Amino acid sequence: MSGNMNLTLKVWRQKDGKSQGKIVDYQVKGISPDMSFLEMFDVLNEDLIKKGETPISFDHDCREGICGMCSMHINGRPHGPKTGITTCQLHMRSFKDGDTIVVEPWRASAFPVVKDLVVDRSAFDRIIQAGGYISVNTGEAPDANAIPIPKKYADEAFDAATCIGCGACVAACKNASAMLFVSAKVSQLALLPQGDAERKQRVESMVDQMNEEGFGACTNTGACSAECPKEISQVNIARLNREYISAKLTSDNI
Amino acid sequence: MNWFLKTFSGSIGRKLLMALTGLFLCTFLIVHLIGNFQLLKQDGGEAFNFYAKFMTSNPIIKTTSYLLYSSIVLHIIVAILITLQNKKSRPQGYVVSKNKSSWASRNMGILGTFILVFIVVHMKDFWAEYHFEDLPMYQLKDGSMVKDLYLEVFGAFKNIYYVGLYVFCMGAVGYHLWHGFESGFQTLGLNHKKYTPWIQSSGKAFSVLIAAAFAFIPLYIYFIA
Amino acid sequence: MILDSKIPDGPIAEKWGKHKFNLKLVNPANKRKYEIIVVGTGLAGASAAASLAELGYKVKAFCFQDSPRRAHSIAAQGGINAAKNYRNDGDSVYRLFYDTVKGGDYRAREANVYRLAEVSRNIIDQCVAQGVPFAREYGGYLDNRSFGGSQVSRTFYARGQTGQQLLLGAYSALSRQIAEGNVTMFTRSEMLDLVMVDGVAQGIVTRNLVTGAIESHAAHAVLLCTGGYGNVFYLSTNAQGSNVTAAWRAHKKGALFANPCFTQIHPTCIPVSGDHQSKLTLMSESLRNDGRVWVPKNEGDKRSPELIPEEERDYFLERKYPSFGNLVPRDVASRNAKEMCDANKGVGASGLAVYLDFSDSVKRNGEPWVKEKYGNLFDMYAQITGENPYKSPMRIYPAVHYTMGGLWVDYNLMTTIKGLYALGECNFSDHGANRLGASALMQGLADGYFVIPYTVGDYLATIGPKPINASHPAFKQAEEDAKAYVNKLLSINGNQTVTHYHRELGKIIWEYCGMARSSEGLNKAKGMIQSLKADFWSNVKVLGEGEELNQSLEKAGRVADFIELGELMIDDALARNESCGGHFRVEYQTEEGEALRNDDDYAYVAAWEFKGDGQAEQLHKEKLVFENVKLTQRSYK
Repeated sequence: MSGNMNLTLKVWRQKDGKSQGKIVDYQVKGISPDMSFLEMFDVLNEDLIKKGETPISFDHDCREGICGMCSMHINGRPHGPKTGITTCQLHMRSFKDGDTIVVEPWRASAFPVVKDLVVDRSAFDRIIQAGGYISVNTGEAPDANAIPIPKKYADEAFDAATCIGCGACVAACKNASAMLFVSAKVSQLALLPQGDAERKQRVESMVDQMNEEGFGACTNTGACSAECPKEISQVNIARLNREYISAKLTSDNI
Repeated sequence: MNWFLKTFSGSIGRKLLMALTGLFLCTFLIVHLIGNFQLLKQDGGEAFNFYAKFMTSNPIIKTTSYLLYSSIVLHIIVAILITLQNKKSRPQGYVVSKNKSSWASRNMGILGTFILVFIVVHMKDFWAEYHFEDLPMYQLKDGSMVKDLYLEVFGAFKNIYYVGLYVFCMGAVGYHLWHGFESGFQTLGLNHKKYTPWIQSSGKAFSVLIAAAFAFIPLYIYFIA
Repeated sequence: MILDSKIPDGPIAEKWGKHKFNLKLVNPANKRKYEIIVVGTGLAGASAAASLAELGYKVKAFCFQDSPRRAHSIAAQGGINAAKNYRNDGDSVYRLFYDTVKGGDYRAREANVYRLAEVSRNIIDQCVAQGVPFAREYGGYLDNRSFGGSQVSRTFYARGQTGQQLLLGAYSALSRQIAEGNVTMFTRSEMLDLVMVDGVAQGIVTRNLVTGAIESHAAHAVLLCTGGYGNVFYLSTNAQGSNVTAAWRAHKKGALFANPCFTQIHPTCIPVSGDHQSKLTLMSESLRNDGRVWVPKNEGDKRSPELIPEEERDYFLERKYPSFGNLVPRDVASRNAKEMCDANKGVGASGLAVYLDFSDSVKRNGEPWVKEKYGNLFDMYAQITGENPYKSPMRIYPAVHYTMGGLWVDYNLMTTIKGLYALGECNFSDHGANRLGASALMQGLADGYFVIPYTVGDYLATIGPKPINASHPAFKQAEEDAKAYVNKLLSINGNQTVTHYHRELGKIIWEYCGMARSSEGLNKAKGMIQSLKADFWSNVKVLGEGEELNQSLEKAGRVADFIELGELMIDDALARNESCGGHFRVEYQTEEGEALRNDDDYAYVAAWEFKGDGQAEQLHKEKLVFENVKLTQRSYK
């Protein structure tokens, strides 16, 4: 064993989407403070397999905070107690020996549980499919420098574009609202001249899809930005509102 | 569904209604407060009763008051619709939740409910009395006779339970505004790094001042006047 | 078997243009009668699926993650090269071509590399049009920076998240085609086998990772865009799910696997902190611009770095390579770090790290300057290690980062199986024995956006739009085989976890087929891998069922394939009796300890043919002809 922390984990276990789930207690021993939170789960799973118990399913992939796949709600907060990072970037030195840690899946009707801590976030994909793109076929593009973009707008677009689609915003919001996610994409494309041609259509379709998926309404609590691992700002939600209002007032969709 | 109805049945559209009605109600609070300050004049009710007459007889004010009533009703109905939808969006909650947001922002519904209860009591005691009951009459300086609302209000503010309820509910109003004021601007899309800090601080100042000022009047009357 | 690379005739600059003209076209009305399967949705897969769907083909795309946006292309930090010459600093298609061939230590195909350089310009145009927020200057025009291995500024970037932004661009194009119904997307689906009918690729068999259902999908062509196999090392900078399974199963069906021993080790990664470690994190090599690499001069010196006086420090890269100093190429920097650690001069608890020290830079430029330039990397380091790199030097160690080897493809990106293509890191074609920084993104997108839409059309026009479905007995058979394979893994019920085998495999490959390789070590490793394989198939423990979400089962299949690939890597490294790029055989080095190529005997692509389980693979050679670039010895002294 590589460390000396002993912890009690209370983890949500659920066989599949149709079954009832429950919190199950586990003891993990010999945890090193240098481990990442997911590596601590690896240790637990290895133990479970050796004991013949089903290991805990959880989503993860890049383990460096960029793919957006990891998604644990740890001690009441998406991605755990630190801000500006994902679960895979959380290290055990953020906890103390003897701590009890409660781990739950994202909770939202639009993110149904698939198994244990794994949820289905395909609603996000469908929102992007509704309009989160610029319609340009391969080969149609003019020279990359044909349209200058002021650095300020390029930077702001980038800030919005850093969204990793992890769903922490939805998980954190008391209304399970997806406004921060939607606003990040709408903002990115609204700030760039390339996105201008479709901006009205885009915001209307994406918001319609967001509503259809069953996400809640934004009540501006700000919990989404506070928990966003990429710290995407509320400014984007205001911009989404603005884009939406102006599209509704002036678009041809009746 | 036509685009208009569809807009206001979607989540952003509903929030837009909340913001517009909410911010309109903020302006009403100012007007109402100006009136209430007339209670503090030690003039036997002249200023307050004049104000009451003006508010109930001026055609512009009367028209505005219908807008006000419908705003309150709309604010409530839409709030209920949004809350129901939001509850549906998370059918299963967390075992542990440490939400990183202000208490006020998470409890607008509860605060709003207190305010609604207050409005009902308030309307029953003052508005309904004034409109439908026989009250003692008061002669204004211009010679016209009006119902003496001043006496009515003054009487109520000498009741400790009423004052307690009033002050408590003004706390609810304050907290409601604490989040609601700046939230309204955000919903309208008005967020800019130049102006938002200003909106936020004036919102906080507004919520404290409004709540404190409204609460001050019954306390003053009860303890001092 | 004769490997026909199908390189067109003529001067290098005219090859691709001429070839495009000679390729057959599919009538626009007929395009919708063709179905194409794309496996993997990283840069290569997403761009190919979107571009082909835009042309009118019916595309089915598959990824094992929960969304196509999660593919590991997303983790690329540095940038993407393109021969735009916006800087007026002497860049050109020819120069990018030249740098890439040279950087690859002359083990790449000239014609492919030239085409890559040629289309690199279109990639930037396409991405900007999609709304990729590249870094810009105040005038609103695109910014560029320089990157290892080149003397011009041709790298376009989006802060430290270029891969993410490019992938999201391709993902958005893909999403648009999904919405239009031209692409059917299958997420959480893993390809388990390639289905061939009459020697031609005709579809795939997949496992639905949620339900466990084994499904058949038929198509006129199959594109593998499944990335590299760096996870054969267990610890790498790859994502946890990155795997070789699709490519390996295609290999076992007849696709030749080329240059498997060409793997890239990146010098600036955060060192391993313990046995629990599941992955390694890369920090951009731009750190070497201002950081100085050193170890203590004395062996076994375990004092903390601030207690080691200047005269007892060995700035070994500056000492050995005075002209390039800390900026030597990746392979050289990595190998030297390893040498120092092997000489018991390594630092940190494990002794497997060297210092990367910014104290001189902080003294010279001030902490704010360093913060502005490297802040995010320093934060990342602090996050992972819990140490403050502004106060004490960072510890770094090399880690596996990219694999140049992959499925052998011809100029059209078709493998040795008709109708089966390999794109991006999955193929072997463009980087030779060492890849230059900022070239992986370029290659993935070049293949997907600008090569495959032309070349696959030629093949489809040849075979004709005959209807296709999965009713052929070959599909039934492949499904049966896949189910049997799953059941076999589940039935062993031994004592060791899958991760145990993966970790053991990684140790062997890293030790004997990592930064330095010797015939003796490789032969030893071969035996070790064979016994590991035998042990795996008799003693692995995979719990649960096949018909459910079962992450252990997924991993078991992937590790089984890695073990087989590991053995092939050893064979390939043994057969290549020279040192080149990422392949360093200790027997073949110059007097100064640099890689010693043998162009007379080894200027070829080693393509391996699977001959059956338990049998030695057969080596085929594709001779590399250099008509434009003069082969020279790299020197960084």
